[in-house]
Amino acid sequence: MDLIDLFPLLAISDIGMKYIAAGLAMGLGGAAPAIAIGILTGKAMEALGRNPEAQPVITTNMILGIAFAEAIAIYALVVAVMIGFVF
Amino acid sequence: MSKLRLILIIVGVFALMLVGFLSLRSARPVVELAAETVVTVGPVPVTNTMITSWIVIVLLIGFFFLATRKMSVVPRGLQNFGEMILEALFNLAVGTAGEKHGRRFFPVVATIFLFVVTSNWLGLFPVVATVGKVVELGSHGDKFHAEGAVFNEVGGINVIMPGVPSWPPHEPESIFLEVPDDAPLEEKEAALHEATADLKEDEKAAVLIPFFRSVNTDLNATLALAIMSAIFVEFWGISTMGFFRYAGKFFNFKGGLVGLFVGVLELIAEFARLLSFTFRLFGNIFAGEMLFLVILFLLPVVVLDFVYGLELFVGLIQAYIFAMLTLVFGVIAVTSHEESDAHEREHQVS
Repeated sequence: MDLIDLFPLLAISDIGMKYIAAGLAMGLGGAAPAIAIGILTGKAMEALGRNPEAQPVITTNMILGIAFAEAIAIYALVVAVMIGFVF
Repeated sequence: MSKLRLILIIVGVFALMLVGFLSLRSARPVVELAAETVVTVGPVPVTNTMITSWIVIVLLIGFFFLATRKMSVVPRGLQNFGEMILEALFNLAVGTAGEKHGRRFFPVVATIFLFVVTSNWLGLFPVVATVGKVVELGSHGDKFHAEGAVFNEVGGINVIMPGVPSWPPHEPESIFLEVPDDAPLEEKEAALHEATADLKEDEKAAVLIPFFRSVNTDLNATLALAIMSAIFVEFWGISTMGFFRYAGKFFNFKGGLVGLFVGVLELIAEFARLLSFTFRLFGNIFAGEMLFLVILFLLPVVVLDFVYGLELFVGLIQAYIFAMLTLVFGVIAVTSHEESDAHEREHQVS
């Protein structure tokens, strides 16, 4: 008897694998940018606390850095959407 | 606020959510990555994002035309509003790029910002993505529509109503064929027959093709914007420094082997920026649209308002980021290495 006959719940279809892949792509791919944005914003807050007068400069550069970090999460999202809906 | 009012408000919100969950949900969303063709004019297919982008252009031109009629030195009304926007963008450009370059960069950067923010916010209009024509499931030409919902009328203009209020509350009916995309046509048709076998006489399995769709959910639109931005950045660099000095930044034979390697890396980064611009804008706006559809399916009425607020914010921020990054890359392109080194030494000494 195959393993699949003993435990029919272990059967995974093609489409099931597709959904797992899409979920993993977004989940794992969104972890690192989240940490990066957190560190970035934390450092920006520190700099702001030391020198409140430089607020426009700090805020502008912080948003710039966040855009770069967020782009990686967006790549992961696009891959997840492609896996889920195009393949 | 008295305690009674607070309790009443909380109860009201939950009641609204319950009503929304029971009878106002829409069918399972059909997410289409590529923009759908609405009409074919001769050999050119016109997609719904194209139509929306024309509307954005008409809106922008109309607004600034109205704002610049009978201009006065002391601005009031529309002219005041227009001047406010342009002044903010001008200060951004000049503040980041300096006086001389800022004036040169300002038109392109302002255009990018205004176009992207208007198209993002127009995508939140109630008419967009909900009003369209209903097309029956099955094969049309070379495209097989495999996902949709049960509609009562096919053809003509129809509206996705977020669950026509249904009583007694039931799960909205959607049709999803679980066949992979590369299955042969017979298999797909068989699955379609099986799924629609128990439909009543006047109900059809169909899918809604919206007439309007947010411009930046189309990869072509964001790619076009990114290419335009890249071309302008290169143009600014070459026109400021001359072709050979600008090319010398990337093919840096003077810096030895390390300099050559760094130059090649910078060249690759220039092209990677194209992809990055494209996918950043596309991903943010497309994900927002998907979030809307999914929330409509799961828990409408209250949570949708928060998603709407998020989308407003994200639309503005993405426009700002696109314009800002174009500006920053333009500044990098027009400053040569010696200038930036001299700047750094200056700052270190002082």
